[in-house]
Amino acid sequence: MTREQRRKVEGFIAMTLSTLAALTGLFWLVFILGDVLVHGIKAMDLSLFTNDPAPAGIEGGGLRNAFVGQLMITICATLIGVPIGVLGGTFLAEYARGSKLSRIISILSDIMVSVPSIVIGTFIYAVLVKPLGHFSGWAGAIALAIIMVPVVLRTTEDMLTLVPWTLREAAFALGAPYYKVIIQVVYRGASAGILTGILLSIARVAGETAPLLFTSFNNSFFSVDMNRPVASLTVTIFQYAMGPYDSWHTQAWAASLVITISILMLTVIGRLLIKGRHFKG
Amino acid sequence: MPLQYKKNPVDFIFSATTAAASFSVIIFIIGILYVLVTESSLAIEKFGIVKFLTSTDWDPVKESFGALTNIYGTVITTFLSLLIAIPVALGIAIFVTEIAPNFLKGPIGAAIELLAAIPSIIYGMWGLFTLSPIMSKYVEPFLKEITAGVPFVNVLFQGTPMGIDILTASVILSIMIVPFTASISRDSFNLTPAIVKESAYAIGATKWEVIKNVVIPYSKLGVFGGIVLSLGRAIGETMAVAFVLGNNHRIATSLLDAAATITVTLANEFAEADKDIYLSSLFYLALALFVMSFITLAIAKFFLIKAERKYSR
Repeated sequence: MTREQRRKVEGFIAMTLSTLAALTGLFWLVFILGDVLVHGIKAMDLSLFTNDPAPAGIEGGGLRNAFVGQLMITICATLIGVPIGVLGGTFLAEYARGSKLSRIISILSDIMVSVPSIVIGTFIYAVLVKPLGHFSGWAGAIALAIIMVPVVLRTTEDMLTLVPWTLREAAFALGAPYYKVIIQVVYRGASAGILTGILLSIARVAGETAPLLFTSFNNSFFSVDMNRPVASLTVTIFQYAMGPYDSWHTQAWAASLVITISILMLTVIGRLLIKGRHFKG
Repeated sequence: MPLQYKKNPVDFIFSATTAAASFSVIIFIIGILYVLVTESSLAIEKFGIVKFLTSTDWDPVKESFGALTNIYGTVITTFLSLLIAIPVALGIAIFVTEIAPNFLKGPIGAAIELLAAIPSIIYGMWGLFTLSPIMSKYVEPFLKEITAGVPFVNVLFQGTPMGIDILTASVILSIMIVPFTASISRDSFNLTPAIVKESAYAIGATKWEVIKNVVIPYSKLGVFGGIVLSLGRAIGETMAVAFVLGNNHRIATSLLDAAATITVTLANEFAEADKDIYLSSLFYLALALFVMSFITLAIAKFFLIKAERKYSR
């Protein structure tokens, strides 16, 4: 084999392997989503949404408590986490723009985004569960909010930075104070981007299990009291999948399907929103 | 930077509120560190630092706790999953940036990123019910068979293939981290100036030679940062491995043995810890995990910032 041939063969092998790698990635995606879909649809049933769990081992029953609990925890987490994140991002991109402090908080947020969520669960357990003596929905919501803050904060910062500085100058020239410029000009310009950040952060926390295990815990009865343990879909999936009953496994698949579809939809909507609608520098 | 906002009282209040909100991130980090240290003080006093980190004991009955089996589990699953994930992720990045026709680049990139959006509990459950039986029936016996005569390697595949073991957990973990590594590598590859690549093509380099000798060296900082970031993610992943690792506190030599990572131990035992020293030791584990992942993520961030500076020059 000549040198030229060898180079061509080497190139061909490398290209083939890369293509195979991409196919592997797609294969896993299709495999996992397909598997959840097939198992989940089989278990889909109206009573899943309208009934509360039957006693362990007995057929029937649903997961109404977990659906409602998941919604409550996620909504409360959003109500706590989003304002802090958006305001914090505003400080970094506006009042502290370009400063060292802004840079440091921005880097720390990036690190916080990837900090193990179970550690945040243990933190909230020590702060809110142990002193009060009981698990509670609020503890779960606050744990999720802490995970949301850095995500929303960083996307808000990035989106606000993309709004051209000249827009602000135009508003300043009319005599507007800075807070009015931010709320009426900058937020409007970056609204699609900020909304995307919020949607993606909700998608991120809606699938979290680890921080809820010992904060909101679980509750096999229907309850809307955030001061008591609250069932969530994810913790229920964990408990049911590890449990011994086939009916539990089926319901876990159904819950998985619901949560996967919701999260993928949030993600896709978020991505579509941002596409081409925000300011380009 | 306009300074007139200090004169307007509403502006002062608004700026102070935003400042307070952004400081919350610092408060969380310091708060987590402070609370974990206080809560684990009982275990720190009893076991010390070195002894806790090097002891293989994990015995709630005798109240003797050490972190080594957990750390070992975390390190070995993370290492194996990176070993599987890095080549695949780089392959995907190469495919998306250099090989795929333009109309496929977007959709394939988006599909890979969807993998990152699937919650980890779904990976865990899929691993338990679907992947684990496949591993124990087909993959693991096959690996046992082909390594049977090979000295040293066969030790890795000793024992009965149960599917609930280090190997299965690592495979799931690797599927989870591929999207992170792939998307950061893709972004880094994309930053290679076209003119540099074109120069290489002009002197007759093949596509692979351009990737190997121009694109990868140019973007290695970013790619490395991406890999370390995935490492940080893998260290802290809980639910994806909790289902298929078996929570077994011992130093396993075979990849077909059950094990425990820090995260799995916390997930399984935290809510059940009945004694103060037990709970305190679990907090101590959480502290070790927080410090490990924080340092790893800080290193990743350091490389990514360095890469960013280099490209923006």
